[in-house]
Amino acid sequence: MNKMMPWFRILFLGLISLLGFNNDIFAQNTLVSPQDFTAFDTPNDAGGSVSLTWRVVPENNKPEVPYLILAATAPDGPWFEQTTLVNLKSDYPQYFGLSASNKLWSYCEITDFKQSLTDDNPKPITATTYFKLAVTDGSKTLGFSSVVSAMHQGNWFDASKINILIFVVIFSFVIMFFISLARKNPDLFIRRIPGLDAIEEAIGRATEMGKPILYLNGLDGMGSLSTIAATSILGKVARKVANYDSQIKVPCRDPIVMSVCQEVVREAYLEAGRPDAYNQDNIFFITDDQFAYAAAVDGLMVRHKPAANLYMGYYYAESLLLAETGAAIGAIQIAGTDSITQLPFFITTCDYTLMGEELYAASAYLSREPLQTGSLKGQDFTKGLIILILILGSLASTAGITFLVNLFKTF
Amino acid sequence: MDNTVLLGVWLAVGLTLFMYSFLYKDNVFFRFGEHVYLGISIGYIIVRVIFNNFINDLYKPLVEDRDYILIIPALMGLALYTRFFTRIAWVSRVIFAFIVGFGAGLGIPRTIAGGIFKQLEGVLMPLAAIKDGFFFNADGNFTLVNINSLIIIVGITSVLVYFFFSVEHKGVVKSVSRVGIYFVMIAFGASFGYTVMGRMSLLIGRCYDLIEFSSPKYYYASIVLLIMLILVFIIYEVVIKKGEVLKTNE
Repeated sequence: MNKMMPWFRILFLGLISLLGFNNDIFAQNTLVSPQDFTAFDTPNDAGGSVSLTWRVVPENNKPEVPYLILAATAPDGPWFEQTTLVNLKSDYPQYFGLSASNKLWSYCEITDFKQSLTDDNPKPITATTYFKLAVTDGSKTLGFSSVVSAMHQGNWFDASKINILIFVVIFSFVIMFFISLARKNPDLFIRRIPGLDAIEEAIGRATEMGKPILYLNGLDGMGSLSTIAATSILGKVARKVANYDSQIKVPCRDPIVMSVCQEVVREAYLEAGRPDAYNQDNIFFITDDQFAYAAAVDGLMVRHKPAANLYMGYYYAESLLLAETGAAIGAIQIAGTDSITQLPFFITTCDYTLMGEELYAASAYLSREPLQTGSLKGQDFTKGLIILILILGSLASTAGITFLVNLFKTF
Repeated sequence: MDNTVLLGVWLAVGLTLFMYSFLYKDNVFFRFGEHVYLGISIGYIIVRVIFNNFINDLYKPLVEDRDYILIIPALMGLALYTRFFTRIAWVSRVIFAFIVGFGAGLGIPRTIAGGIFKQLEGVLMPLAAIKDGFFFNADGNFTLVNINSLIIIVGITSVLVYFFFSVEHKGVVKSVSRVGIYFVMIAFGASFGYTVMGRMSLLIGRCYDLIEFSSPKYYYASIVLLIMLILVFIIYEVVIKKGEVLKTNE
């Protein structure tokens, strides 16, 4: 009997564990097959991906239940495992809007076709691809969905950005309205901007001292709005320089910006009636390396000792190197930038600083042209509108109304 | 030690000291360092443009992959050079107009999305938790979460008022814009302090290298070059400049 005891114990423990295992299987059998499985081209994208969605069912919506996605190039296979998903993604407003029912759907985006789950070199999807979805317990597949297919394509219109389009259209109409108003009444009021009044003083000082004016356009290319604003201001400054018969030097970091600046300055000299005084060599390229550019401009400052330094446009870490050297040579310095991180350095080292929006207003202030004055007025109107939205939106949000917040969602 | 490493160390120390010599005044060493830096950067740009842009972005796709659409941007790029020929210089202006228009078209929606919408989305927060009491959370504990929303609203509104150009800053507008400029200056102060700390860490890193390179392992590179630099400055100031002054007086 004693010899039989270990065998009896093993048999007994085996039965117990088998019962436990069976219980586990029963628990897992409560899982249900995926429902309403759909494949379609991912909306609002440039192509390259297919989206899969299926209905969230409470039985399967557990962290320990993985879904397995299989793909094939033909409806009857062969099927290749693509990915397993445990933490299911759902509710993607950039693709499906902000509807509350989105939460009822799981979502997965497929961009590549894999030969196996561990395939490290997947190929992009190039033809109609067939998909099916399975619920697994980690080792066994417990149910398949129906087979669905889709092919991706690029979309011409990104509907998720429609709110931006509407804003741009409204903003454009507001600006056009104020431009027409400015054409009828050219004396629209613009408040005094001290930094810009000082430009005239700086040019006068440079003329009296017989020294040049150094004008920097910032470090960004023509794609940057601040560079566009800086070149616009350059035109106005160059015209005054031409009138005073002074000299302006514009070292550039970008060859395209340099060419644009040459055109702008040439045009300004023509408008001033001094085309003979224009010297193309005064607007020159240095290098596109940030600190090499800063070192060269610093060298230029200490050797040519300009009477005035104008820093307009976007700047990075070199701002203090430039402005500090300018302050050391005793030049009158005026900066204008929307680079928030560099503004403090300009404020501490320059005589006048145009902060952010003032850079964009500068051109209108200097020229008083209806086109630019109208644009500035339109911007002011939009700022007022934003203040109103801010106050109303915060109050609505406090009351639990999210309509205004949703209007400004970006993806 | 490998001679090339040693040469690299001496060059690095030398050029660092040359650039720092600008703190004394503009001098021949700084000019040498500046021009070496410029020359290297321009050489690097040319190589980068040839290999990355011309060969990889244009030549290979055009010749090997027969991607003929690239002929259009290539011609547009070439058209920029027409500005060297007076009679057809207008062609380059068309291309520049395209570049500026493209930049503005790309920049405006991005600025609206990032600069207005994203900011508004983050700011349109409840001003007070009505259900739980203004300064108290669900557990009845004191919280300043809601007062943050209020500060943000007051800050943004007053800063926007400061940037109003259509209204004279007088009376109430002046007071509100003054509050706005205080907010701006507090933000700038914080940013200034943060950036200065970052710059200090860069300086410490450079000093650390100079100290390391002053060891016998590198044949006292930092010390030797620093003494040489100082000696040259002294000789220049005391002997040569004095001689020049005497000559002028004669």
